[in-house]
Amino acid sequence: MKFNTGNGLRRIVFTLGATAGLLVATGAQAKDTVELGFIGPLTGGVSSMGLGGRNSAELAVKLRNADPDSKYHYELVALDDECKPNVGVQVATKMATDRKVIGTIAHYCSAVAMGTVDVYHRFGLPATVWGAVLPDITYGNDYPEITRVNGTMINQNEKAAQFMTGLGYKTFAIIHDTTDYGKGHNKYLSQFLAQDGAEVVGTFGVTSDQQDFTAELTQVKALNPDVVVYAGLTPGGVRVRQQMEKLGIEAVFEGVSGIKSDAFFEGLGGDLAEGTVTFLEGAPAEKLPGGAYFLKEYNAAGYDSPPEAYGPFAFAAMDLLIDAVETTGPDRKAVVDYMSKVKEHDSITGPITFDDHGQNTVALITAYVAQGGKWVVWEDSDYAKGTLSLVAPK
Amino acid sequence: MDFGLIAQYLANGILLGTMYALVAVGFTLFFGVLDVIKFSHGDVLMLGTFIGFTAWLGLEAIGIVNPWIQLVGVLLCSLAGTALIGAAIANWLILPLKKAPQLNTLLITLMLGTAIREAVRLFYPNGSNPKAFPALLPDASVEIGSFALRADSVILVISGLALIGALNLVINRTRLGLAIRAVAQDEETARTMGINYTLVVLATFAIGSGVAAFAGIMNGLYYNEINFGMGLILGLIGFSAAIIGGLGNLYGAILGGFLFAGLQVIGAALLPFASAYKDVFAFAVVIALMAWKPTGLIPERSSDRV
Repeated sequence: MKFNTGNGLRRIVFTLGATAGLLVATGAQAKDTVELGFIGPLTGGVSSMGLGGRNSAELAVKLRNADPDSKYHYELVALDDECKPNVGVQVATKMATDRKVIGTIAHYCSAVAMGTVDVYHRFGLPATVWGAVLPDITYGNDYPEITRVNGTMINQNEKAAQFMTGLGYKTFAIIHDTTDYGKGHNKYLSQFLAQDGAEVVGTFGVTSDQQDFTAELTQVKALNPDVVVYAGLTPGGVRVRQQMEKLGIEAVFEGVSGIKSDAFFEGLGGDLAEGTVTFLEGAPAEKLPGGAYFLKEYNAAGYDSPPEAYGPFAFAAMDLLIDAVETTGPDRKAVVDYMSKVKEHDSITGPITFDDHGQNTVALITAYVAQGGKWVVWEDSDYAKGTLSLVAPK
Repeated sequence: MDFGLIAQYLANGILLGTMYALVAVGFTLFFGVLDVIKFSHGDVLMLGTFIGFTAWLGLEAIGIVNPWIQLVGVLLCSLAGTALIGAAIANWLILPLKKAPQLNTLLITLMLGTAIREAVRLFYPNGSNPKAFPALLPDASVEIGSFALRADSVILVISGLALIGALNLVINRTRLGLAIRAVAQDEETARTMGINYTLVVLATFAIGSGVAAFAGIMNGLYYNEINFGMGLILGLIGFSAAIIGGLGNLYGAILGGFLFAGLQVIGAALLPFASAYKDVFAFAVVIALMAWKPTGLIPERSSDRV
């Protein structure tokens, strides 16, 4: 829809209506501008994840804009959901009702995504999830607008249960926050642990901003499990690990994808993080098919915060969305259509294939262990080599 | 349930209770002298803890690593800084509103609390992430059966209780305390007796805020982790503790603090349902207690307020 018009014609068009006039006016420039959205937690306890995601999405936009072959000029609209469902619904509505926005990538927090998928569906805005892992976000509805590039917690917990029982751990105590995220992890992990012949000796629900876990951990201590699992996000994980030490609990500390952040080390300090095990979809950025390229560009862009665990997924999601717009043009319906047919689409996280619920079918899960103040892929760690060891099974 | 487990719960309850009591004391002092509820109390506490944390970073930077010197430095900076902030809030935000409806004071302190919280989150370097607070106290522990008694917990409880005791002495045995009690009892008469009203109010807010900062540092030393949101729940619990104890009564605040900690521990340890509901349980009991004794467990008598 590009017209090169003279001033006379443009004046006539302006009298016909503002909308049509705008289209023509922008059409006079070299490339049309297409607005694409990013939503994630840019402030609050898990903002490091959100900022990493935002930077990565912005990077995808920048790189495409620098490409002379791209058909459009892209602009990123980044909104902050604060990891709070109520705020998330507000910003999702703002994004979805802005007709200039053709598509968005959205959400690190599952509880927020659960609240906003209805909004995207109602307003027909294509939304690709880049970080939230609750299965119901894609599997709990039939909304064609919703897709997800990262795996779900089902895959994650299947691997977690196999991995830990494989190391000989038999008894687990699970502390989970009572959001959809924590409860979902608890449900799938308990289920897979039972299948693999391990026993969950105690399950404790806690509020996500709880400060004091002494009461729960005192009971955990009495139950004397091999492994203490915290299913929640970094701030809670930091506190549980910290307070396990205070009570002298000798057990492996296992987390979920939500604690795999650099902030985990910043919050714990010292040696307490050492030997914490956690799991994450995909593989570390440097091991991904396009990881070297991504990290090189990310570092070159000079962001002051790291991409964090889900940055590559945010990059891949934004890149996919841009590919969709390049192919179909800036039309929400056409983009939704495009997304429903994505198969073996090349991305830095490996090929993306959406199933009939818009869920990427990659089930690549990586185990990590905290070693020397950073997350190390289990297979590359001194723990796997046997020079260091986790707390032994009882 | 074996002895070790019960002892562990008890130790935890006492530590939490001391912390809550220190926060509640502030609410009760402020209400005593000015009849105001200062909702920013919890966030001032958080700010005080961050001041202490910053002081620690500073000490590390200039190469002072002795934990005891660091502890003294952290406490001095935090308590003095927070006391100043408390007095400043009283001087510029609360005293000017003295003639306005009380709701205005309530609202302005509520907004101030949010402003402080958001400011720390946004302007403190990496303020939205939890920070690792240094463990400055000895971490030795004695294992009695399954009960681990830690030296740092013991030191924290003793110093917290000592501070409450000292505060009690100040209120009841010193000229400043006499002036505070006089103002609490009858502002007009106190003024005619030559008491510098403004000074007494400012001193009260400085003391209350300083005590809260101590609770914040205690919190940091105990959990070795601080974050911008820590004041919110502590403030709410401290306020509830002051109310159930009897707002305006120092002993009531202490009683309320320990009662609330006890309820939380019971909620988490003894009730058959999930521990996720321990705060629901504790606050529900507080509601029931307030319905039963609307003026608190130790009701304020106008003659011995604070």
